[in-house]
Amino acid sequence: MRYLAHTEADRRAMLKEIGAPSIESLFRDVPEAAQLRAPLDLPDRMTELEVDRAISALAAKNRSAATMACFLGAGAYRHHVPAAVDHLIQRGEFLTSYTPYQPEIAQGTLQSLFEFQTQVALLTEMEVANAGMYDGSTACVEAVMMANRLTRRQRVVVSGGLHPHYRETIETYGRFGGFTVVSADLDVEGRENLADLIDADTSCVVVQNPSFFGQLRDHQTLGAAARAAGALLVCVVTEAVSLGLVTPPGAMGADIVACEGQSLGNALGFGGPYVGLFATREKFLRQMPGRLVGETVDVENRRGWVLTLSTREQHIRREKATSNICTSSGLCALAFTIHLALLGEVGLARLAEINHALAVGLADRLAAVPGVEVLNNTFFNEFTVRLPLPAAPVVEALAERGILAGVPVSRLYPNRPDLAGLVVVAATETNTKAEMDHYAAALAEVL
Amino acid sequence: MDRSQGRAARPGAGATTEPGGASHRGLQLEEPLLFEQDSPGRSGVDFPAAPTAADRLGGLRRKSGVGLPGLSEPQVIRHFTRLSQKNYAIDAGLYPLGSCTMKHNPRLNEKLARLPGFAELHPLQPMSTVQGALALMDELARWLKTLTGMPAVALSPAAGAHGELCGLVAIRAALEDRGESRKRVLVPESAHGTNPATAAACGFSVESIPADARGRVDLGALRAMLGPDVAALMLTNPNTCGLFENEVVEIAKAVHDAGAFFYCDGANFNAIVGRVRPADFGIDAMHINLHKTFSTPHGGGGPGSGPVVLSAALAAFAPLPYVVHGPDGFRLVEMAEGTAKSFGRLKGFHGQMGMFVRALAYMMSHGRDGLHQAAGDAVLNANYLLARLKGHLTPAFEGPCMHEALFDDRFLKDTGVSTLDFAKAMIDYGYHPMTMYFPLVVHGALLMEPTESENRDSLDRFIAAMRELAARARAGDAAFFHEAPALAPRRRLDETRAARQPVLRWRPPTARRVAE
Ligand SMILES: Cc1ncc(COP(=O)(O)O)c(C=O)c1O
Repeated sequence: MRYLAHTEADRRAMLKEIGAPSIESLFRDVPEAAQLRAPLDLPDRMTELEVDRAISALAAKNRSAATMACFLGAGAYRHHVPAAVDHLIQRGEFLTSYTPYQPEIAQGTLQSLFEFQTQVALLTEMEVANAGMYDGSTACVEAVMMANRLTRRQRVVVSGGLHPHYRETIETYGRFGGFTVVSADLDVEGRENLADLIDADTSCVVVQNPSFFGQLRDHQTLGAAARAAGALLVCVVTEAVSLGLVTPPGAMGADIVACEGQSLGNALGFGGPYVGLFATREKFLRQMPGRLVGETVDVENRRGWVLTLSTREQHIRREKATSNICTSSGLCALAFTIHLALLGEVGLARLAEINHALAVGLADRLAAVPGVEVLNNTFFNEFTVRLPLPAAPVVEALAERGILAGVPVSRLYPNRPDLAGLVVVAATETNTKAEMDHYAAALAEVL
Repeated sequence: MDRSQGRAARPGAGATTEPGGASHRGLQLEEPLLFEQDSPGRSGVDFPAAPTAADRLGGLRRKSGVGLPGLSEPQVIRHFTRLSQKNYAIDAGLYPLGSCTMKHNPRLNEKLARLPGFAELHPLQPMSTVQGALALMDELARWLKTLTGMPAVALSPAAGAHGELCGLVAIRAALEDRGESRKRVLVPESAHGTNPATAAACGFSVESIPADARGRVDLGALRAMLGPDVAALMLTNPNTCGLFENEVVEIAKAVHDAGAFFYCDGANFNAIVGRVRPADFGIDAMHINLHKTFSTPHGGGGPGSGPVVLSAALAAFAPLPYVVHGPDGFRLVEMAEGTAKSFGRLKGFHGQMGMFVRALAYMMSHGRDGLHQAAGDAVLNANYLLARLKGHLTPAFEGPCMHEALFDDRFLKDTGVSTLDFAKAMIDYGYHPMTMYFPLVVHGALLMEPTESENRDSLDRFIAAMRELAARARAGDAAFFHEAPALAPRRRLDETRAARQPVLRWRPPTARRVAE
């Protein structure tokens, strides 16, 4: 087997050194009852070529977004990732290293995570950021639990504009972690008034900007209302590129920010792995989940980086830790950092402008299709349209024509027939004008 | 500002008193932060002009700049290449971190995960367009169920700790379903920190079970602790001392007789994969770290993937989504339906697909026979280390061990050298240290997991280095250990300072001055 290191002669010689008759004898602590009685029903080893063929055949059964005009968003966005990103993250020194527990020989990982933390703090306009969470949804629920710890309250108010997967994740953790989740009604048009739901037991209010339906909103007043009631404002962003153009959560008074970082550096990948961005105020630092990289010096007074404040973490605090997270999303964070390093200040701003302008162009084209209504008055690169027919079959019909037309809201809210006509549509720099013209024309045809 | 390339540098003499101002040492290149290399206006990505249109931002245009530095593509490549060169990696050599299973990461798996047919799939595409992806998830599930002997598997957990959460939440849901609200979870002292942290996050109180003199769960103590309010036992098997819990069948029976569930931490599955099915020793749930046993690269701290196999008693409570096979092919069930009592969703979308592709490629490459051999070789290698180091280091327990060998620090007694010093000295001998001070049940633990990737020569060189270090410690050369590492990109770092005055982000020099 090509990955295994020993010849039979090696094995025999090593067993002799050990003083054991066979490899099987080394398993003598496995009780009789737990020993395998019949061979496992699995195929034997395959060559690299055979595996390549078999798995490529499965890949070929998918119609990838690269082969169609893709207008899908709803928490995962197709962006152009510069070739340098994937090249760099495939360097073995990054790809095949462990969590940086030995800082003297992991400065590469540590420095890049310090850069990641800085980038996240700058993007969100928050004081401090951690070294990343699994993804946006788990960052969001960790933000909620952190707010519960900080306020010693157990009631969470969730916006009707929050991504439904994020809301469902909060609900799961709430049901078993012992906190109450008050979910506002779906808010397609960004008109909800969450301040009314805040009471003296509320730990935090969770909002998303742009919302799941693409709507932009200033949450400053809500944040003030929350704080007046002793609660915190948790802001979620699922499209990191929006932070290049839209007022960031920090400027709206967010106390904790949870953001999906996939858009920068990371492929759609059918939903994962992604990376969660997590930022907060300095005064809340000690309740933060996840790893933190800090600057220090070595014995020769040279600058260097280490994992720090780990007394918050499970390996030290065990059942009193701020989170159970251990392995996180290091390589996805690195991809994010490299992509953002390539973009820089002007590149990010330009990328965000282009996304917005293309989305405006698409919204105008779709609004011109008879029977189609764009529901947003504000948006970044994503908006919601109402079709005169149930959206899911229309989306299927457009897929036949090579267009991934958007996410039908019914996929996420099957029990809301009133929303069956809604589609969440995104445009990014990867979409061409020709694709958008084609989309509008094809939509007119299938309606 | 590229501080010092071109400046003459000699070891030692290169160090300056200004943090960040260190010099290169030959081709060990110093690298400033991205933020210290800013040329405002520069970018490493070209764009066309933005189409002009009135914005629809509703007045929410970002007012202040972000503050990102501008670099060209060659600068960025050079920056991250230099940073990478400060890292140790499994690609470079043996990486004996116990409990972490740092084995070879096949590049075929990287190639396959990047096929556009997987990498360019949106998670919410129409299901008719992602049949190959769903088939792959189904096939991965089949392998995991067959290898563990369990009837169901939840694929969505993002890593081991998330898998633990999945398993414990399923247990809570099952208990609630039968009208019980058991509140205690029993966890051995030797358990990984994620176990108690997870149990607490699920609303359980955590109680620690003592280990016996053989490094295993003290069955008598466990029996005494079991009772009608115990929800689950969380047990790692093989355990974190690198030993198989030889009484695990009795343990499982005792747990089940008490009406509780047996959660198994499967972080150490690599020792037994293809040889022992955890179902046969009585588990109810177990997470599998695909980033350990099935070799998806650890990436400097993730991403991982932590699928959880579930018993028939727990399967109905499995999280959403899951794949089913129907008349129109595969389908993802994203909302609770039918008789399933799913406890709900654990994260956005469907799981770590990129890791699923890699793990399946790994499994298919090995096959049933190759996995059996891999586990055997992993155990062989650890026992070889144990046998050849036992006269030099002090094994914590009697062998044979499974896939990792645990030593304590008795061999360092009265040398003035601690486990930490020993670990740092390994770096100067060209090795990444083993896991240290874990598990907590032995003093100054040194936990070594060579994995099946190492050949005999590699192990022999490592053994020679360990023996020499042990001899050096006993010979009274403590100073060498205290100074170590001397040959790494950095020497020992001041962790106390990092924690006392946390500097967690770069700030522009002026802002720094103002803040001080
Ligand atoms: C024994 C054990 N349990 C649980 C975990 C947690 O797994 P993860 O880091 O994937 O969350 C680890 C690894 O770090 C481990 O070694």
